[in-house]
Amino acid sequence: MDVLMLSRLQFAAATFFHFLFVPLTLGLSVLVAIMESLYVSRGDEDYKRMAQFWGKLFIINFAIGVVTGITLEFQFGTNWSRYSRYVGDIFGSLLAIEATLAFFLESTFIAVWIFGWKKLSPKMHALSIWLVALASNVSAYWILAANSFMQHPVGYVLRNGRAELDDFLAIVTQKWAVLEFVHTVGGAYILAGFFVMGVSAWHLLRGRETALFNKSFRMAAVFALVFAVFTAINGDLSGKEVAEKQPSKLAAMESHWQTKKAAPMYLFVVPDEKNAKNAVELFPIPGALSFLAFGDFSAEVKGLSDIPPADRPPVLLTFLAFRVMVGLGTLFIVLAVLAWLKRKKLEQNRWLLTILVWVIPLPYLALQAGWAVAEVGRQPWIVWQLMRTADAVSPIATSQVAVSFAAFILVYGLLGLAAFYLIFKYARKGPAPLAAAEGR
Amino acid sequence: MLETIWFVLWGVLWAVYFMLDGFDLGLGALMPVLAKNETDKRVIYHAMGPFWDGNEVWLLTAGGVTFAAFPATYAVMFSSLYSALMLLLFALILRGVAFEFRGKVDNAAWRGLWDACLWLGSFLPALLLGVAFANIFMGIPFDAQGVYQGTLFTLLNPYGLLGGVLFVLLFMVHGSLWLAIKSDGELAARAQAMAKRLWPALVGVAVVFLAATWVSTRLWANYMSNLALWVFPLLAVAALLYNRLAMAQGAWWKAWFASALTIVGCTFFGVAGLYPNLLPSSLDPAFSMTISNSASSPLTLKIMLGVALVMVPVVIAYQAWAYYTFRHKVTEEDLAYEEY
Ligand code: HDD
Ligand code: HEM
Ligand code: HEM
Repeated sequence: MDVLMLSRLQFAAATFFHFLFVPLTLGLSVLVAIMESLYVSRGDEDYKRMAQFWGKLFIINFAIGVVTGITLEFQFGTNWSRYSRYVGDIFGSLLAIEATLAFFLESTFIAVWIFGWKKLSPKMHALSIWLVALASNVSAYWILAANSFMQHPVGYVLRNGRAELDDFLAIVTQKWAVLEFVHTVGGAYILAGFFVMGVSAWHLLRGRETALFNKSFRMAAVFALVFAVFTAINGDLSGKEVAEKQPSKLAAMESHWQTKKAAPMYLFVVPDEKNAKNAVELFPIPGALSFLAFGDFSAEVKGLSDIPPADRPPVLLTFLAFRVMVGLGTLFIVLAVLAWLKRKKLEQNRWLLTILVWVIPLPYLALQAGWAVAEVGRQPWIVWQLMRTADAVSPIATSQVAVSFAAFILVYGLLGLAAFYLIFKYARKGPAPLAAAEGR
Repeated sequence: MLETIWFVLWGVLWAVYFMLDGFDLGLGALMPVLAKNETDKRVIYHAMGPFWDGNEVWLLTAGGVTFAAFPATYAVMFSSLYSALMLLLFALILRGVAFEFRGKVDNAAWRGLWDACLWLGSFLPALLLGVAFANIFMGIPFDAQGVYQGTLFTLLNPYGLLGGVLFVLLFMVHGSLWLAIKSDGELAARAQAMAKRLWPALVGVAVVFLAATWVSTRLWANYMSNLALWVFPLLAVAALLYNRLAMAQGAWWKAWFASALTIVGCTFFGVAGLYPNLLPSSLDPAFSMTISNSASSPLTLKIMLGVALVMVPVVIAYQAWAYYTFRHKVTEEDLAYEEY
């Protein structure tokens, strides 16, 4: 393997790992903030114990999100130095702004929240978790604006042999960035909703702390339902954006080979990348692809055969990832509706609780699949039609990257095990008894 | 002009980072000798707990600003220092996790594991940052295309290692003083004695480092042509001497601030000598990364300056408030926190 391949694998491993923990941070911070605010406004101790119980899981998860983010920020320089030189004028400033605006706020106030139970008034204490929630969501906006520049570069001029900033606001407010943000954060909130429902269901099945877990469950059910619907709707908008601006990605998402008007969508497809066709196409829905992509049943959809092979993304992975995401998205809506309908008599619906425990991993899978669509589907470009991934990699020795990649796998593997062990342990342990909670 | 402003801010960010994270890196590196029992260890963790993450973000920002303001330098520097940076990152990962995970399982082996990670994650970054900066002062071998022509071991030259030892000692003194402030009784006494014991070693290494800098680097050229710059090394030396005086008087806060000033003075000493280079090439000065051949466009620099002028004071304000909120000595009550 060469430096390019190793760097891609390393970067993919590092981002996927970071994003295993980030979504729960984004969503659970908001839920914990709501819980603590309810405690402050109603004085109900249950809400304080809820904030402390879910807050503990939040902190364990948060720790890994923080430490794995730092490696990402530095990898642009270590592994993608030619990329950094070429677009650093724009991309670097977005990352630096993210750090000054969000990471300082977050890291300072998470510590205030953890260590401040007795030092601050309840209001100040609740404010600190709101600041953490705000900061993590703000940080998501900036990093996603940076990613959107790679997906759809705007607001730049080519000057001095690089992309230079021309219109800052155009970059920060472009439609792609807004859509990517609402969709990603929506997905993260779904994940947090299903996480809280699942863990609550586990305790409810065992009849433990039923009052507290009923409250948690209901709050999460509303959250999950709202965002499951929201994310599917803006996912459709994202799809239309992709159809318009990245036709090769759209074609790969659908494994669509021949340019056609009134293109159908097949419910079952087996792509055959080598021969530039599908080996199996079953159950067509006439005009559905045209409609989903352009809102018009007769619109023309460009096929992969009309795109030079050197400019095509890997089809199979993009296609499968997209199916997985959309399939799961549909499932989440169904489950969230069920959970919401039964929210008042949960203990009588043990089957539903059991399902909800088992589906905790699925939103994780959906989010990772979504990123695979976005990033693998963007290939072979690192910055869409501006720079190829192959031209972006650092001029460094293969052995260095091989060693660091092996270290990533080893260290992240062990860290992941430790983190999941702790999350399991504390999720099962349940909240502290009332007396202990009052003591602080 | 804009480039020069950003060069100064770049130096300031590194200086603030070393000044803040320096104490918790130093303290983590000293924990095995300072802590005699489990309670001591927990006091040490708590002395750093509310601060280390906020401190580390200054590193992220220093890195981020290198990327934003001097992207070509970021590209050459980070890819050249590849292996050293990866080691640094892994060390920081283990360290960050140690803080949150250590107290979560009641088992001596588990705690021992994370204590080892804390030590490694503190000592190694202190050393590597010193090695890296000494090499930056001296220049590293990269060609006209910015391609590095050495290996990890190229960086481990005598001057680089001396820089590493200097950073480790600076941070250890800084960390002992912090613990002297944050703890009580025997542990505080041990921390105070440690600071006093390390001080002569620090002075010795600092003198050797200054002399070696004269021989190995071009930093002095700027000092010869601009006498005003002497304020930085003089500040570092004066603060270092005052530090010992404050220790003798038992004025631990003053000693800590003096130590902070020493670190800032040392950083500026190097950075002022580098100007207008950010990363000199040891192959040919013509290849060096400078503020003019690696800066971002004026528009980016202006926007970033606006953001920095508004946000950095805000950040300093709330971080200062957080330090103030947790300024007291670590108490029994604080230690009980983990079992909630
Ligand atoms: C729980 C998570 C989740 C769920 C249920 C969905 N998505 Fe999604 N999707 C993501 C999580 C996600 C993501 C991880 O957040 C991505 C990666 C990049 C991005 O903007 O969001 C993504 C990307 C992404 C893209 C690619 C955008 C790009 O290339 O930048 C499209 C077209 C869709 N999604 C469309 C959908 C549709 C039509 C859904 C219908 C149910 C859907 N997603 C559900
Ligand atoms: C956190 C969620 C993310 C995941 C899971 C993810 C995943 C991936 C994957 C799988 C690749 C490799 C694609 C391939 O080689 O075929 C990749 C590439 C890349 N992504 Fe992301 N990504 C994420 C977010 C981001 C963001 C927010 C940015 C930028 C700010 C980004 C920047 C890059 C870069 C620079 C590459 C270049 C390497 C390459 O194209 O192979 N990624 N990512
Ligand atoms: C390749 C792209 C990415 C880079 C360079 C990056 C960078 C970072 C860094 C440096 C941290 C640690 C901050 C600290 O020390 O406090 C972090 C944490 C975090 N990141 Fe990422 N990240 C990336 C992708 C993402 C994505 C796609 C999201 C969300 C949509 C995200 C959201 C977060 C959140 C919520 C945290 C939580 C912890 C914190 O902010 O302190 N990141 N990231």
